[in-house]
Amino acid sequence: MAFWLRTWQLGVKSLLLHPLRSLLTVLGIFIGVASVIWLLAIGEGISQKAQEQIAELGADNIIVRTIKPPSEVMDTGSSGATPYGITRDDFDRLTQTIPTIERALPIREIRRRFSYANRVIDGRLVGCTPEYAEVTRLQMDRGRFITDLDQEHKHNHCVLAANVAERLFPFENPIGRSIHVDEHYYVVVGVAKEKAPSAGIGGSFAAQDFSNDVYIPISTLWSRIGDFIVTRRSSSFEREIVELSQVTLRVDHVDHVMETADLVELTMAEHHRLEDYGVTVPLELLEQAKTTRMMFIIFMGMIAAISLIVGGIGIMNIMLATVTERTREIGIRRALGAKRSDIIRQFLVETIALSIVGGVTGVLAGLTCRGVTGVIRQGLEKAFPEIMEALPPVIQSVEPIVVPWSIPVAFGISVVIGIIFGTYPAMRAAAMDPIEALRHE
Amino acid sequence: MRLAASTRNLTKEYVLDGETVRALRGVSLDVPEGDWVAIMGASGSGKSTMLNLFACLDRPTAGTIMLGDDDVSKLNDDQLSEIRASRIGIVFQSYNLIPQLTVIENIEVPLYYQGIYSSKARKRCIDLAAMVGLADRLKHRPTQLSGGQQQRVAIARSLVNDPYFILADEPTGNLDSATTEEILQLLEKLNNDGKTIIMVTHEPDVGDRTKRIVRLRDGLVISDRPTGGDCSTEHDDD
Repeated sequence: MAFWLRTWQLGVKSLLLHPLRSLLTVLGIFIGVASVIWLLAIGEGISQKAQEQIAELGADNIIVRTIKPPSEVMDTGSSGATPYGITRDDFDRLTQTIPTIERALPIREIRRRFSYANRVIDGRLVGCTPEYAEVTRLQMDRGRFITDLDQEHKHNHCVLAANVAERLFPFENPIGRSIHVDEHYYVVVGVAKEKAPSAGIGGSFAAQDFSNDVYIPISTLWSRIGDFIVTRRSSSFEREIVELSQVTLRVDHVDHVMETADLVELTMAEHHRLEDYGVTVPLELLEQAKTTRMMFIIFMGMIAAISLIVGGIGIMNIMLATVTERTREIGIRRALGAKRSDIIRQFLVETIALSIVGGVTGVLAGLTCRGVTGVIRQGLEKAFPEIMEALPPVIQSVEPIVVPWSIPVAFGISVVIGIIFGTYPAMRAAAMDPIEALRHE
Repeated sequence: MRLAASTRNLTKEYVLDGETVRALRGVSLDVPEGDWVAIMGASGSGKSTMLNLFACLDRPTAGTIMLGDDDVSKLNDDQLSEIRASRIGIVFQSYNLIPQLTVIENIEVPLYYQGIYSSKARKRCIDLAAMVGLADRLKHRPTQLSGGQQQRVAIARSLVNDPYFILADEPTGNLDSATTEEILQLLEKLNNDGKTIIMVTHEPDVGDRTKRIVRLRDGLVISDRPTGGDCSTEHDDD
């Protein structure tokens, strides 16, 4: 025990003979270990966020969504608009022929401008049924959601998302007031709580944002606005005929999701010539996200491994120089009774000491990644606001999560690197002929 | 009379650039305990080779070399290392202290390689440092010492493992005459206390201070006689 203590003490003493050199060598390992922990933590943070967003869609749901086909493949009808997307017939077919579908939720979304007094906000007008709140996990803040009665009587009632309520009614209670959409008025019956964005569906990578929604009964939408929609664009009018934007199907059991999804695909394909719909299965997305996470870990791990190897080469380089420089010392030690193995041990202890110091400081630096990421993000937001805004929200808001196993792994790898890259210089030192070494100037 | 070291027909050959160099061609020599031998000779005479063999840094091509009762002619590298750590004390011309270690730690090195590390060992190192007159310099590093002081540390180090003999390689070669005198007096004192000393030197003045001079030429012993009396004629050999 005392012997080993002495060996380490001597090793550290030799390293302190060249403090700057030792520090720079340690830096290589430090960066390697810290980057292993950081990269894995950031990867984990991103993937957890993505998984949460997918879970928002519901694992037992299947989402069929209208996709606008490219204009060149659409026939233009007499009205200058082409019908496309999911139809009410599709909806009936799906709900009536597939027994595993427990509930189906028709949704029609239109981009509209909402106004109250002189305040205006652009958002989505969402025509839906009473089940919408439950299926999308939308919670009410005040008032109520749309009811069957609203649906049945095509009431001009609406529910506001939190942000819409705040923007249109900053100082008053919106319940009972009427907002203006196109030529109609809708009475506000409820305000929803804020809801986190969910993963993008229907081939879009952007997360779905619910903050500017206004919900009305779908029957009201159909009767007041209809299927023929004219949207004002900057230079032209866009006309389109769409019956349903989305149908969210709830399957009776998670185990039936994949087979039901296949049936939905088949049913839809039979009646659609164009690729004007997309089927999204959150469960499948979840599986994909898990695979992506693995790939991410491997990818990040490889980057980190490269930096550790670079650190290791740094150690080897320095130790080779040290061995040459200390040839005479090696000769003296051999003459005073050091075996070859003693010389190997001495130099290995020095490299391992370097890599342990790098490993420990690297782990400590790795643990600070949460705080540091926050500081960096704040700095970037101040310095390059446009670039930061352009980044996907997942990256903007990522919170690194330190993966517990990455700490021992990173530390272990650093020590192993020390041993691997320290062995060759140590062997070279031990292989020296003591007589030659003593003569070395 | 016990022998500290003895050689029989000691031969050493090197192969240098494909050519065999016969550094020693059969040297037989007995060094009794308590002796002080100077091995002298011109460069190329084989005295460095003798020193390396006595120091167990090298193995003979033929012949035997005994340290005490141990035959070290056929030992392997690790065994030789053990002998060096436990039974040989070497003093070099250029002191050869380890720069990053203090005086006391330098004296300790041979014990460290025997795996001895205790407060008793440390006490012995302190006593030895005191004996060579460096009691107040224990924590100094070699660069903070004069040449004479460094050489005294080296002598203390050579004594720490209670060796068969002190092997001194031109111990005064780097020192001025006053310091040379100090070191020689220290060696004399050690010899009077019963320590055996084998010294390689080419300085006749230093050789004269020993008890016995062995002269080598071309790998052979050409003379072996006690110092004093009519030895002055032999200086011409150098």
